[in-house]
Amino acid sequence: MIAIINLELGNLFSVSRAIEHVGGDCFVTDNIKEVMKADKIILPGVGSYKSGMESIYAKKLDGVLKGLACDGVPILGICLGMQLLMDHSEEHGNTQGLGLIPGAVEYFRNITGFDFKAKVPNVGWSSLNKKRRSWEGTILEPVIEGDDCYFVHSLCVTPEVDDDLLALSHYGGVEFASVIQHQNISGCQFHPEKSGNVGLNIVRNFVDYKA
Amino acid sequence: MKENRVLGNNNIDIRKVRIIPRLDVKGANVVKGIHLEGLRVLGIPEKFALAYYQDHADEILFMDSVASLYGRNNLHEIVTRAAEQIFIPMTVGGGIRTIEDVKALLKAGADKVAINTALFSEPKLVKQVSEHFGSQCMVVSIDVVQNEDGKYECLTDNGRERTGVDLYEWVDNVVSLGAGEILLTSVDNEGTGNGYDIDLVKSVAEAIPIPVIACGGAGKKEDIHTVITDGKADAVSAASIFHYDLIGRIDDEKQNEEGNKDFLSRAKSVLTDQRRKGISPIAIHDLKVFLNENNISTRIV
Repeated sequence: MIAIINLELGNLFSVSRAIEHVGGDCFVTDNIKEVMKADKIILPGVGSYKSGMESIYAKKLDGVLKGLACDGVPILGICLGMQLLMDHSEEHGNTQGLGLIPGAVEYFRNITGFDFKAKVPNVGWSSLNKKRRSWEGTILEPVIEGDDCYFVHSLCVTPEVDDDLLALSHYGGVEFASVIQHQNISGCQFHPEKSGNVGLNIVRNFVDYKA
Repeated sequence: MKENRVLGNNNIDIRKVRIIPRLDVKGANVVKGIHLEGLRVLGIPEKFALAYYQDHADEILFMDSVASLYGRNNLHEIVTRAAEQIFIPMTVGGGIRTIEDVKALLKAGADKVAINTALFSEPKLVKQVSEHFGSQCMVVSIDVVQNEDGKYECLTDNGRERTGVDLYEWVDNVVSLGAGEILLTSVDNEGTGNGYDIDLVKSVAEAIPIPVIACGGAGKKEDIHTVITDGKADAVSAASIFHYDLIGRIDDEKQNEEGNKDFLSRAKSVLTDQRRKGISPIAIHDLKVFLNENNISTRIV
């Protein structure tokens, strides 16, 4: 059973609909005991980093998530949820994250070479490209390089370790991390639940994955 | 990956333009008019939406075209049924007045809301929606007409009411309040098939830091090409050219089984009528192939 963590940010129903569509079982929760019973976790979310972390602290979910991460439970962060996995974000000055994957979250405008004529947020479809790692055995296993997914974001993730980088995408003349993975923790900047068949295949792969 | 993130010349960053079919809904039907008036019934919204999803639309836009008459949006059930089968972003507009209205539509399955009329009495709603649900959720819908003096004026109530508000002042206002995108509809061109108002789209798209979705006037694939190249639109919305293509493909027998024969014969006569008026229907996938062949990048599955 997959627990979808309810941070009261964004549209949780679209994530659960996508999971059910591919035949998975899930429930939406912010209850510590229920989260601990889940065999997989999805951390969705849109909106501000600060309110995401405040919601995690208010619901006392930070300790549980870190514990499950250590126990090897597969965790998938989506969009803001992916960013919350990192050490910290530039949004609102500097906000501490969960620290499950080493690295930072930066504004597009602060990336050297970013074209200031490019509109922010980046809203739309961008393709996923390989860096150095193979996608076999990862959430991107069913994806063909160059497939497009749907993004909406103003900040992007910069993992500290290059090996955590699974896919790169382009916007405004620069490249950014669109999918990262560190052991049992994965994150995607795009919305798999809103990325048509490519996204549904990613969701199905996460649902079917046996730890 | 801290250094060297600038793309080289051999790895050119290409902006993919989004193609967004617009479904104007009245009651339980997709309708289409001219200048947002004289609505004709075309078919069932969920079926249109699913067909467009399968045809590789990038998003779907549902507008409740009679919402302001009833004072509320009536698309919840349609959106819920559509969301069971459609896994691309869905925007819903028409009659949205409060945060509670937004919440109910998101719960029904919408990803974004498009708001126009209510903002003129309550501009702060833009800020509230952005803060509650994120700016990506807040599409400000602007319907405009060009007055005799050449100035663009904003309209409300699905094009029925004038506001006296200048377009560019309004755009600045909603952008500063936190709008995520602008859906810009030329009521003068809407439903005519004469092409988009290129000067209008360009003047807004180049002036603001958020995406502009051009709407109103597409009659043929070249119109869409032009509003992207010359109008600088970030996304393009169209209705007639997709609807009349879809109606032309609807299987007669299937419609018959569902007791919709009257509708079909009616729709086919509308189709003939539209062709006379210079609408050249095209499927979304075929449009994207045409755009990609003509130096505009779109998502092709």
